[in-house]
Amino acid sequence: MVDYHIRLDGVTKTFGALRVVDNLRLDIVRGEFLSLLGPSGSGKTTILMMLAGFQDATEGTIYVDGHMINDIPSHRRNMGVVFQSYALFPHMTVAQNVAFPLKMRGVGRAEIDARVNRALDMVQLAALSERRPAQLSGGQQQRVALARALVFEPGVVLMDEPLGALDKQLREQMQLDIRELHGRLGLTIVFVTHDQSEALTMSDRIAVFNKGLIEQIDTPRMIYDHPATRFVAEFIGETNLMEGEIAGREGGEALIRLDSGGMLRVRDRAEFDAGRRVLATVRPEKVELSEAPAAINSIPVAVTDSIYQGDHLRVQLQGPGQRLVARRDRRAAEWTPGAKINATFAPEDCWVIVP
Amino acid sequence: MAGKLISAVFGVLAVCFLLLPLVVILPLAFTSSQFLIYPIPSFSLRWFEELFTTPVWRDSIVNSLIIGAGTTILATVLGVLAALGLREKLNFISAPLNTVFLLPMVVPAVVLGVGMQILYAKLGLSSSYAGIIIAHTVIAIPLVIVSVANSLQGMDTRLELAAASLGAGPAATLRHVTLPLAFPGIMTGAVLAFAVSLDEVVLNIFLAGPGQRTLARQMFATLRDSISPAIAAAAFLFIAGTVLLTLLVLLARRRFSGAR
Repeated sequence: MVDYHIRLDGVTKTFGALRVVDNLRLDIVRGEFLSLLGPSGSGKTTILMMLAGFQDATEGTIYVDGHMINDIPSHRRNMGVVFQSYALFPHMTVAQNVAFPLKMRGVGRAEIDARVNRALDMVQLAALSERRPAQLSGGQQQRVALARALVFEPGVVLMDEPLGALDKQLREQMQLDIRELHGRLGLTIVFVTHDQSEALTMSDRIAVFNKGLIEQIDTPRMIYDHPATRFVAEFIGETNLMEGEIAGREGGEALIRLDSGGMLRVRDRAEFDAGRRVLATVRPEKVELSEAPAAINSIPVAVTDSIYQGDHLRVQLQGPGQRLVARRDRRAAEWTPGAKINATFAPEDCWVIVP
Repeated sequence: MAGKLISAVFGVLAVCFLLLPLVVILPLAFTSSQFLIYPIPSFSLRWFEELFTTPVWRDSIVNSLIIGAGTTILATVLGVLAALGLREKLNFISAPLNTVFLLPMVVPAVVLGVGMQILYAKLGLSSSYAGIIIAHTVIAIPLVIVSVANSLQGMDTRLELAAASLGAGPAATLRHVTLPLAFPGIMTGAVLAFAVSLDEVVLNIFLAGPGQRTLARQMFATLRDSISPAIAAAAFLFIAGTVLLTLLVLLARRRFSGAR
């Protein structure tokens, strides 16, 4: 039996006529790292605010450990919250900031000191404990905020785009640090982000939001390889979309007649009957390029541009009736613009969704 | 270049315009003469001595301090509470309420004085310390509200959310987060309230009895019948006190921002 830590049951939040979160049902497993991923305005932050108790749900119930918490005020929910703006208290030192939640809980002085030291050690900031937040860099401030949210050992930590204000290199380091902390402390973490690569890196599961609804919730691998909808396919990574309809089945594979002409052999999905309109999706890194046409799934294309990107080569292609993009190893041929070649891919690398 | 010169000259002139009246009156506080005139025959502290020994002057100084302190405390407490309350965008009442609180800043003191005189007569507050303190509080509150609201506006509201998430209830959040961060504004408001009370003459004329005669009121009265250098000495006290208070606030603010 799965141990649900948090359950949102029919949760709706409206601001006037706007339904920011619409009848949401979501179970969060104990100890998992769940990312809420979506564009701004998709309702993901509002869900976090309701979990933290900063906003009330218009309808629906939120359960933690099986108990309804709708009417419990923030300061009794025992959840750690990390904000994008850090929200450190500017008039307190680093140590006082981290001690704050313990002080509020009436923990004794000696124990506070010990636990603050341990928390600061954990984020490698013990040396800066007497500094004020304004004397720290953005990354250091966010680590203090992290220590402050973890020091009182909450069961749940809510993070609202905590790395959004950091530069790329620091952000990637922090992603790994937080992931490591999560594994070590066995916390349930709900992490809001609009950065798909961040969600892929850190999460056990990702819930992709669009307009207040969950489009798909699954592991990063399933979300990337088997997107449920066009929105997910396009929001997570880059993809090539080809419209067509199911023409039949053969040898465990489905045949798709493309609108642009030509046939594709793709991984079969039993739920799609012949004649069904579908979108075939292929990730750019799965597209092979060759001078000679391949036996199957071969699309004649012209190279429009070839862009060197360091670790790979990005090749822009113009096919019949649509553009395609391929990511190739840069040791392969340097495809020159104007070259007439063929794009091809294996049937198992092509995933079919409804348009 | 010419533009710089013009603005420098203009700046110097403006500063002179503001400071000359003070420069003119201050040396007279140390005159040994009976009259408020230049040249000063010799320097002496006799007028300060008079200020502190003559009952009329001494009582007026004490009265100013009592009323100023009372006004500062009352106006600061009420002003802080009002500023905190007005921050909540509760409903359609907030905006009109804000205007009402700030109204005493624009209503002429004479109008307030007449109204309060009538009201006080009915309430039995005429010629009492409480009455004067309340009257001064009315005109001091807007200054406290404005300076505290200013401080609160510059504060990241997420700090209070963070405090709540860390286990601080509303009272603890107010005490450990909101009030410390609003402290510079509260200090400024308190000093302004004290200064307004010290300076107030019009309301005192309407509402105070002889028992509540303040320093400002006493100076005003003295000007009319005997132009004694004691006025200059009183003015000196006034200015010295104000400068001292301002320095105090600056110091407190510097310490606070240094703490950031």
